[in-house]
Amino acid sequence: MISVLTPLPVLLPLLGAAAALLIGGRHPGTQRTLSILVLAAVLAVSVALLVLADSDGAASVSVGGWPVPLGIVLVVDRLSALMLVVAATVALGVLVFAVGQGAADGDEETPLSIFHPTFLVLIAGVANAFLAGDLFNLYVGFEILLTASYVLLTLGGSAPRIRAGITYIIVSLLSSLLFLAAIALVYGATGTVNLAQLAVRLQDLPDGTQLLLQSMLLIAFCIKAAVFPLSAWLPDSYPTAPAPVTAVFAGLLTKVGVYAVIRTQTLLFPGGALDHVLMWAALATMVVGILGAVAQTDIRRILSFTLVSHIGYMIFGISLASQAGLAGAIFYVVHHIAIQTTLFLVAGLVERQGGSTSVDRLGGLAMASPVLAILYFVPAMNLAGIPPFSGFIGKLGLMQAGVADGGWLPVVLVAGGAVTSLLTLLAISRVWNRAFWRPPAQAPEGDTSDAAAEDAGPEITPAEVAADAPGAADTDDVAEPGADEDADDLVGASSTPTSGGRQAARRAAWKRHTAVATASTPATDGLGDEQDQGRDRPLEPLPRVMVGATAAMVVVTVGLTVVAGPLYAVADRAAGDLLDRAPYISAVFGTEDPQ
Amino acid sequence: MTPTVVLPVIIGGLYAAGVYLLLDRSLTRVLLGFLLLGNATNLLLLSSGGPAGLAPILGYAEPEEMSDPLPQALILTAIVITFGIAAFLLALIYRSWRLVRQEVVGVDEEDRRIARRSATDADEIDPDDLAPEDRPAMHADTLSDEEVERALARDYADIPSDDVDLPPTRRSDR
Repeated sequence: MISVLTPLPVLLPLLGAAAALLIGGRHPGTQRTLSILVLAAVLAVSVALLVLADSDGAASVSVGGWPVPLGIVLVVDRLSALMLVVAATVALGVLVFAVGQGAADGDEETPLSIFHPTFLVLIAGVANAFLAGDLFNLYVGFEILLTASYVLLTLGGSAPRIRAGITYIIVSLLSSLLFLAAIALVYGATGTVNLAQLAVRLQDLPDGTQLLLQSMLLIAFCIKAAVFPLSAWLPDSYPTAPAPVTAVFAGLLTKVGVYAVIRTQTLLFPGGALDHVLMWAALATMVVGILGAVAQTDIRRILSFTLVSHIGYMIFGISLASQAGLAGAIFYVVHHIAIQTTLFLVAGLVERQGGSTSVDRLGGLAMASPVLAILYFVPAMNLAGIPPFSGFIGKLGLMQAGVADGGWLPVVLVAGGAVTSLLTLLAISRVWNRAFWRPPAQAPEGDTSDAAAEDAGPEITPAEVAADAPGAADTDDVAEPGADEDADDLVGASSTPTSGGRQAARRAAWKRHTAVATASTPATDGLGDEQDQGRDRPLEPLPRVMVGATAAMVVVTVGLTVVAGPLYAVADRAAGDLLDRAPYISAVFGTEDPQ
Repeated sequence: MTPTVVLPVIIGGLYAAGVYLLLDRSLTRVLLGFLLLGNATNLLLLSSGGPAGLAPILGYAEPEEMSDPLPQALILTAIVITFGIAAFLLALIYRSWRLVRQEVVGVDEEDRRIARRSATDADEIDPDDLAPEDRPAMHADTLSDEEVERALARDYADIPSDDVDLPPTRRSDR
């Protein structure tokens, strides 16, 4: 049973992506239904895997029937099954949100509908990373999800997204190359890349070699997990992407890095050689991240910095290397995936409702949209760790584990965690006070128009983007001089009229698409005149599907509090497995000698 | 087994050149740097398979004479991944050039805006705001040391040179 189910979380999204790509933009309704069905199936399979793994213990599947040390193995244990369930849940929520957004913005006729296939490939990569039983398959999983994320982050190809995407891609590539080099060295030292076999063979290496391999793997994973000082790329690149994309990135991608760190620290290098380094990194991540969040004024950037900051909690739990610490870290990962995704979805709704994500320009949202206020308030309090929410339970578990450890450094980290929690409350309640409760008339006019002008500065305007679109000759009247030239260039190049009606329809669709793509970026929504229009514009009701998806995610985050007892028990058992290591190794090798 | 020095030297050279190019602001150079780093890593993988042997085909060679086939399989996968990402990066660079007529790593305007809100550090003052004698050395229009001495002696004739009350540095404060 479990051997049939295990490959499905990788296979289903990949096949679904192929089908979605074949369907293309011609049948957008079919494409949407298909991707939602696929993700729902992945969720069902993941839940079944979690139930099986929790009752029967870890299991492995040899892909293609190759005997174990030779072929690729997929391993499902309590930790990976739990991560799969959470990942599939948030992915489904985000996809429904994205479908609602697509329906509301009318982008059915974009030239090529790539969002759905790419999103499914991303989920396949995430699932592959969670299930990978050897180091190289983990690398391939990372590459699948990263390549999909490159496409999603630069969706629409507007200038701010290209700028943000380039930073993100270069940093990711660097970490991937580091990971690959580490794999080469691991293979050179041990002659295998199978995780279970490595767990046995790495012990026999000299201490110095072990330390080198461990640090290389940790640096590569910490870049992906955005652990300070390797976190600067994250707040720079996440906020410009479309709301659903930022939400799924914030929830899932960094946590895949955290998952890999857990595996490295428990399965491969259980000696705890770098635990103290990780503790300092965790402290710095928490404090520096949250100080960054306090300094920001844009909701998405605030959330990006809290994301970095709260990664520190998980690294703290991992670095304790005790069962209580690991259980706290696993519970916190589960909680944080759901909560951070939800908050980014809410930020997308706020942007839609208020026309901006900058708290300097927002105001009065609580009166304009009470539902939105509730949707923001509940997860925000959860993130800050207000009792009785799951954020409180996770932080409490980590702090208890830290105090139980007995050393002075964990106590410093507990204090740092408490300060971080309070500063998180400060950052998000500032958003709450300003964006939701300040009367709109009080929003400061003077400095925002300056700031808006600076923001807009040399950045791209919608007209310029439109001028880059095929056949945009008729946008000249609003374009800047530079854009005029661009448009004229393009008229010569691309105005070869073919079949009239269809092309005109596509042009119109493309223009709508680029307008939407640029209107949703922070750099352009600050243009002075647009801002005034935004303020006088009567508020449109938020699309129901988007609100519904966000509300469902809020319910999930509250549900984590309700089922916190059983969930924490599963996390505790998973942590026990991780420290024991025998379940994982015997799941792969059975009774054979893994040496 | 005789160790070879050629592979490590080539790997090291490729890494050095790749890192150097990666640190450049021009995206095309960054891409070239990435390709060099990718090739260096592939060679590292190849060398991790031990000394070279015969082609690993059953019946063609004895198992102990074969070279290790696994690193080669890994390298093939890595090459395909590098190839795909390089193509994507090229498209991205082209798009960046089309949009903003430049292909360099951009600055984050929001970061700049946040940074501007804080008090200005001394080294962030625009040199053109300063009096000529206060400009840092090697600035385009700085004065020579003698000229600075002369200008100070002329402007602050009544102040001894080691006076603790320094004159204002900004031109507008004078």
